[in-house]
Amino acid sequence: MTKRTVVTGLGVIAPNGLTTEDYWAATLEGRSGIREIEFGGTRYSARFGGRITDFDDTRHIPSRLLPQTDRMTRLALYAAESAFRDAELAPEAVEGYGSGVTLSNAAGGFALSHRELKKLWGEGPKSVSAYLSFAWFYACNSGQISIRHGLRGPSAALVAEQAGGLDAIGYSRRSVRRGTRTMLTGGVESALDPWGWISHISSGRVARPGTADRAYLPFGAEAGGYVPGEGGAVLVLEDRDEADARRAPRRYGEIAGYAATFDPAPGTGRPPGLRRAAENALADAGLTPGDIDVVFADGAGSPDLDRAEAEAISAVFGPRGVPVSVPKALVGRLYAGGAPLDVATALLAIRDDVIPPAPATVEPDPEYGIDLVVGAPRRVPVHRALVLARGRGGFNSAVVVTAA
Amino acid sequence: MSASASELTVDSLRAILVEVAGQDESFDADTDIATMTFDELGYDSLALMELSATIEQRFGITIDEEELSSLSTPEALVLFVNGMLAEVS
Repeated sequence: MTKRTVVTGLGVIAPNGLTTEDYWAATLEGRSGIREIEFGGTRYSARFGGRITDFDDTRHIPSRLLPQTDRMTRLALYAAESAFRDAELAPEAVEGYGSGVTLSNAAGGFALSHRELKKLWGEGPKSVSAYLSFAWFYACNSGQISIRHGLRGPSAALVAEQAGGLDAIGYSRRSVRRGTRTMLTGGVESALDPWGWISHISSGRVARPGTADRAYLPFGAEAGGYVPGEGGAVLVLEDRDEADARRAPRRYGEIAGYAATFDPAPGTGRPPGLRRAAENALADAGLTPGDIDVVFADGAGSPDLDRAEAEAISAVFGPRGVPVSVPKALVGRLYAGGAPLDVATALLAIRDDVIPPAPATVEPDPEYGIDLVVGAPRRVPVHRALVLARGRGGFNSAVVVTAA
Repeated sequence: MSASASELTVDSLRAILVEVAGQDESFDADTDIATMTFDELGYDSLALMELSATIEQRFGITIDEEELSSLSTPEALVLFVNGMLAEVS
């Protein structure tokens, strides 16, 4: 019989909350973490980002790790520690290769790399920190967490832009099914220094608005792009029987289904792969569309991509056939951190039987024909949720979570 | 930088170490670290590379990587560096 994979711990770090419960309260109350990004007077075409302002590096990260970590890794280390604490699990106590870590990362450590490359040009190679050798790297978050917590089992880093966080969760579920006792998974991202910022802008889809509260309006009639943000979520996954055996204090839910697809090349006339990802994830979970209580949408914030996603959701669920939630409207798109944060949010929605809203400023375009939850939380029973994510370049991923 | 520095001391080495590689619970400000090994102090080979690169810059010397790996305590490294500085001057 296939093993069941349950989520026993959450570690959230978001622009509108530094802990899981602070984030969840802010999300239900509609408190935004999108703010103006300052770059010492230099002006850029995009000015708003989902910025974490209350992270204290010296308090939250051991001194020994500070010189060797970019901000993205510090945020990830913090989230990982929070997740293990929440699960009341000491990973060091898991013997042998029984615990692993697989996170997603899309950008790498921009701020540290920027600083060190400046030294390379300005002062010469001798001035460049040896830590640059790994601190920039996509696998750095998985690696540092693996070292810190003694996770010697399956460890990897998956890269698929904003879809990668779901792939990491799917991969980790597979590791649990193959016998790994505990997996740490999800993704945490930060690339809001000037070099990271212009890299975001180069996508051509970053919003150029006048005010923070109208910068990112996924499915809105006036959507004009997205806002990059930092943060994400880390989840502790365990085999359900093992979690029962150790009397794990919490079971947020089960990772019941996962699927990923890739879009056809432009110009082929074939449809995008998001619908197939959703249908395959439902099939993987053994569920039908009618079983799903809420969809957490990718919410790209550009009219063409919003339309494509609305069409995929309507094709699976029927017109206005399921409530759709885009809490990321309050924090921006967090790249590899975005979809794991949505999965954490979906699990909290299941726990508390409430669907979080997008802010009223989104003003959904009625032409999309989806039932977007806007303005106020919707208190309804939530047992099963579908989380969708798309990554620039053609990645589509979907995860189904259910009450444990 | 402090090209004027004529000699390395255990205290200034400690300050450089903490600056470039941080500090774990192995020692605090009151610990006599001179004869503890870098390993005991919680530093790995990358931390020592950072340390030697900083010393090289501040004192204008070049420390051979193999020599570095044979210097296992702050005291040994201080003696080695000061020996090089004496040769230079």
